[in-house]
Amino acid sequence: MPDRVGETLTGAQLLWEALVREGVSVCFGYPGGAIMPAYDALPKYPIHHVLTRHEQGASHMADGYARASGKVGVCVATSGPGATNLVTGIATAMLDSIPMVAITGQVPSGLIGSDAFQETDITGVTLPITKHNYLVTRPEEIVPALREAFYIARSGRPGPVVVDITKDAQQQSCTFEWDDTPIALPGYRPDYSPLSEDLERALELINEAKRPIVFAGHGVMRGQATGRLLDFIQKTDIPVACTLLGLGGFPATHPRNLGMMGMHGEAWVNTAIQESDLIIALGMRFDDRVTGNLKNYAAEAKKIHVELDPAEINKNVRVDVPIVGDVRDVLGKLLPRVQPSDRSEWLGRIDALKGDAAVRDIKYMPDSGKLYAAHVIHDLYRFTEGAALVVTDVGQHQMWEAQYYKHDHPRKLLTSGGLGTMGFALPAAIGARFAKPDEEVWVVVGDGGVQMTACEFSTCAQEGIKVNVAIINNGFLGMVRQWQEFFYEGRYVATPMVSPDFCKLAEAHGLTGIRVTARSEVEPAVRKAQETDGTVVIDFRVEQEDAVYPMVPAGADLGDMIRRPEEPATDAKTKGPLSRALGHNPIFETGED
Amino acid sequence: MARTRTFVVHVENKPGVLNRVASLFRRRSFNIDSLNVGTTHEPGVSRMTIVCQADDDTAKRIEANLYKLVNCLRVDEITDVPSVGRNLALIKVGVDAERRAEVLQLCDVFRARPIDVGPESVVVEITGAPDKIEGLVEVLRPFGVLEMVQTGTVAMARGAQKYELGNGHHNSSSPVRAA
Repeated sequence: MPDRVGETLTGAQLLWEALVREGVSVCFGYPGGAIMPAYDALPKYPIHHVLTRHEQGASHMADGYARASGKVGVCVATSGPGATNLVTGIATAMLDSIPMVAITGQVPSGLIGSDAFQETDITGVTLPITKHNYLVTRPEEIVPALREAFYIARSGRPGPVVVDITKDAQQQSCTFEWDDTPIALPGYRPDYSPLSEDLERALELINEAKRPIVFAGHGVMRGQATGRLLDFIQKTDIPVACTLLGLGGFPATHPRNLGMMGMHGEAWVNTAIQESDLIIALGMRFDDRVTGNLKNYAAEAKKIHVELDPAEINKNVRVDVPIVGDVRDVLGKLLPRVQPSDRSEWLGRIDALKGDAAVRDIKYMPDSGKLYAAHVIHDLYRFTEGAALVVTDVGQHQMWEAQYYKHDHPRKLLTSGGLGTMGFALPAAIGARFAKPDEEVWVVVGDGGVQMTACEFSTCAQEGIKVNVAIINNGFLGMVRQWQEFFYEGRYVATPMVSPDFCKLAEAHGLTGIRVTARSEVEPAVRKAQETDGTVVIDFRVEQEDAVYPMVPAGADLGDMIRRPEEPATDAKTKGPLSRALGHNPIFETGED
Repeated sequence: MARTRTFVVHVENKPGVLNRVASLFRRRSFNIDSLNVGTTHEPGVSRMTIVCQADDDTAKRIEANLYKLVNCLRVDEITDVPSVGRNLALIKVGVDAERRAEVLQLCDVFRARPIDVGPESVVVEITGAPDKIEGLVEVLRPFGVLEMVQTGTVAMARGAQKYELGNGHHNSSSPVRAA
């Protein structure tokens, strides 16, 4: 591409010049009136544009691309409804600290404030759900705003940045200037170094602790600290619990990895946390889904909180030693000075807790001819050799995936943790596909969530890309149904859901559809999906009223879990009130098949 | 324990910055008593005085969250440092010539100044702490207060220190250290 610095270019050209120089090779978007000048200029630039079917899909795709690659994801939309449709995806990226730049067209600057056609104050709308945002009304401001946007999105605690560019700024011209010097924003300080006195206090606590536990959060992965964490654990022999977004930051099959903590964490993990005397929290934020009732949360434990964002310190949990800094940097400073210690008593205690839970593990239950979601995901783990890039949606299947698919490597599980956005999985997987064209990508999604963004099957077809979609179809909004069963006396209000024939839906898009109703069919279906070119949709008809265990009810103490039933599932035990009353699956029997 | 806190916040003078600060307080449920903003002697820099109710932890979080705003240059909590703070109020009292002298006499006691005198009203200007202004309003009330307006507090620490803008707390976790 010719170097056009010094030439007079339109704002639209400047936009793509800046993106190319920021290393953007793909963007996800949807054109419309106020962004048309930008689209008109696009074909001259080496950036692949993916036309989505809805702007929400574009923002999730940019998000998925960013999560899988570690780079900044880019989405593009027009003004008004185009911009507002991005909002859910922007909020998703904000709560999970995902670097994203969302570029929106805006009505011409002279019309701003006049309620012009397709005018929305998108910088106002996105103010609380972006790390920062810009309204650009002159071509001269486009390049500096985009440079700052990329810098802010990727530095410090990452997040989404919106750049709203008026149509006239895209149309007018100015000289293209590019400043290679590092960006210095007077009020923006993304880098914090830990204070040595805090490190000293942390070392003291770590070396004295008898029952320590490490929390691995999203910051371990984002801070590229996975290697250092492994070294730290090898040396100290401290067990590790992961947050949902931290899964993969520490190898799941490592003997010191306990698994996921929190509302649907395994019982031994939550109990170990409650019994610990020291928590070393790395790059996580003590979300309410992780802590349960704060009053009785890990009451005996001292807490060290290593976190890049000072505003997270003492927000939910009062900590003894706050260390504001990058996880990798902090671990690097602690590592030479932590002392190995004999943990046999503490690890023995955790093993005893594990033994108690293992007998309840559905994974080992005999095949009763029924298809359980846990079996599907466990089998998927086996047949992909644990190496797939899995993108999950939100709900029961998301928790089962977190429990039964063991991720040994970072960036192999993409999921909407903080916002819990249904409809995230399919578009995010499409984005991830562009970041990782050589990886096996699986979407694990519920029958509810997939229908929120099912229009993006058409994007898969148009782009000719392959993702494998495992629909965990139970005919219910499963997690809400589970809450209704546990906490609302089984009143299934607005949770039974009739779905289209997902195989026919796939075929209607020119994709492949497979139906699975028994466990024996799982392997052939997965194998066929792996061998098939193009996107494959598998409709797994699983048990309808299965529940995710263990479960810490919202607001309860972390140790106060609803445990998995000890005996193999029988109809009487697993079926909820609706099926017990009717004796059949009302939803699946409404269709023709 | 929540108590009254005063923050001095230096921000870039750019469109929308006031909205960003106000939105932050609203979104995080921090309770603002008053917010005052104006330009400073430094080009491009505006200064806010924010008075709010907060306990120690919340005060630290307010500071840390303000620092997360890209346009926020520096935050200083001056609640417990020697400082001066002033409000300004204009009070219009409905009095005719007959009782005007009485009003002006009271104003004198409070070091308030008449800035406009009409046949049936007087506008007085008073600066000071909120309780002093309240005191004047109370003694004028019997004469008939027609309207009043007042600013929030503007505050400044005593002493000769100069704020280094853009370097406040850089590379330090001091904003979050437990109190």
